[in-house]
Amino acid sequence: MADRSALTRRGLFRGIGSATVVASCTRTHPGTATNTPSTDAALSPGEIGPSPSRLSFELNGKAVQVDVEPRTTLLDALRVDLDTTGTKKVCDRGACSACTVLVDGVQRNSCMMLAHDVEGRTVTTVEGLADDGHLTVLQRKFVEHDALQCGFCTSGMLMSCSALLQRTAGRGSALSKEEVQDAIKGNLCRCGTYPHVIAAVLDASKERA
Amino acid sequence: MNPFTLVRLPTLDAARERVSAEPQRRTFRAGGIDLLDRMKEGLDAPDELIELHAIAGEHGARMRGIAATEDGGWRIGALVTLGQLAGYDDLPPAYGAIKDAAGNAATPSIRNGATVGGNLLQRPRCWYFRHSDLLCLKKGGYECLAVSGDNRFNAILGGGPSFIVHPSSLGSAVVALDAKVTIAGESGLRTIPADQLFAPPTVDPTREHTLAPGEVLVSVDLPPALPGQRSAYHFAKEKQSQDWPLAEASVRCTVEGGVIQDLRVALGHVAPIPWRSKEAEDVLEGAAPSAEVFAKAAQAALSVAEPLEGNAYKVPLAQGVLRYALHFATSTPLPA
Repeated sequence: MADRSALTRRGLFRGIGSATVVASCTRTHPGTATNTPSTDAALSPGEIGPSPSRLSFELNGKAVQVDVEPRTTLLDALRVDLDTTGTKKVCDRGACSACTVLVDGVQRNSCMMLAHDVEGRTVTTVEGLADDGHLTVLQRKFVEHDALQCGFCTSGMLMSCSALLQRTAGRGSALSKEEVQDAIKGNLCRCGTYPHVIAAVLDASKERA
Repeated sequence: MNPFTLVRLPTLDAARERVSAEPQRRTFRAGGIDLLDRMKEGLDAPDELIELHAIAGEHGARMRGIAATEDGGWRIGALVTLGQLAGYDDLPPAYGAIKDAAGNAATPSIRNGATVGGNLLQRPRCWYFRHSDLLCLKKGGYECLAVSGDNRFNAILGGGPSFIVHPSSLGSAVVALDAKVTIAGESGLRTIPADQLFAPPTVDPTREHTLAPGEVLVSVDLPPALPGQRSAYHFAKEKQSQDWPLAEASVRCTVEGGVIQDLRVALGHVAPIPWRSKEAEDVLEGAAPSAEVFAKAAQAALSVAEPLEGNAYKVPLAQGVLRYALHFATSTPLPA
């Protein structure tokens, strides 16, 4: 777990949580999105809960284990049990996409998933984008284009746009404005920074092309 | 949210039997988007969620796949996500309406979890139904609160005694495409026309579909495309993102020798069920495609509308949406 010297509200809650980060593995980049119908992906049989049950998955390149009830959303497990608070809780109903994360490379609303849905899977949050403190191209472009005001939608925006850049990675050409608009259709920004977000993503896609 | 047990059973029969035994406290879970929404609001509090994603074997493969069928049609599994359907390039353009409907529902992130079956079987979005403190007709109350309340998003066609609009964006598309649905019940699989999946409130105002407790929607079965078949889906929303449509239209037809044939027209989000418009079909069948005849058909489709106090605006809106869909389906240029 990350050290945090000062006593904070979050630190206090974290202290009484039950999360454990197991031996850290080598850092893996989020996999290529595989969002095609898969006919052989049944969940393993069994019963979980209603009391807290062990859940194991890969979070930002590290194997993690946590005991959570079946009713715990992935969002709450990430924020409360695993202290990855970069993922924001806003509407908690799938309406704003502030809580967007990548699950096996596919963008999902973590508020509308149960934590136990990610058993054995790979989850990437905004904390998992930068590599050892080095921002991704997209993150740098967000800074350069001033693509945020209050910042509450930013981690969700970054995840939706990272997913877009990843799934179009092999294309070798820049994205169109419409593609970016489509990708962030679920991400609400009450400050209205959409034009700057779009400019940042287009710029990032040009750098790649 | 109430505590519950997640139950993962490897066969469709086991899952079905588990729910059938005690449907009051057990429910199926697919993508779980609408289910989680209702549970967070306290509208539903099941003790057990039986996960359809755990079904393995032949049934599981059928429920998770999109495949061409032997008769020349296509089968879309109920567990296919809206995102997978919208991005499935092999589905012929003749079925474009259902792909467009899937690709415009909800948001990109929701579409990656929400399933075809869940979209068809989700509960209505009416704010009186969704408010946990209110007892409306759908929840066993004695009246539809939309009648005397704020009914701007409610039904203009086929309403009464409940005035919800059917919440499924795939609904109008499956009806227009003449799809069937396959259902697993006590006596095995059965296949029925998609429009028989939807139940008008005159049958039972507390339900929107005809599945018995414990029955499972397995797949949507698209019939073989007619020679030269085209289809289109169009909608109007208040905003571009996360929003339920105000009106939708799906159209299937062929254009042979300069006239429209084999027409099926269905409207969405205007009635308690996906609304097939025979009135529009009668005007269009055998007519040459033109902006004028489309306007006439749209007028005919909405001539039977009975708007409530606050939703008369949906009548011209639905007409416009239908006209767009007819132009797109027949590749007729829009009027200047």
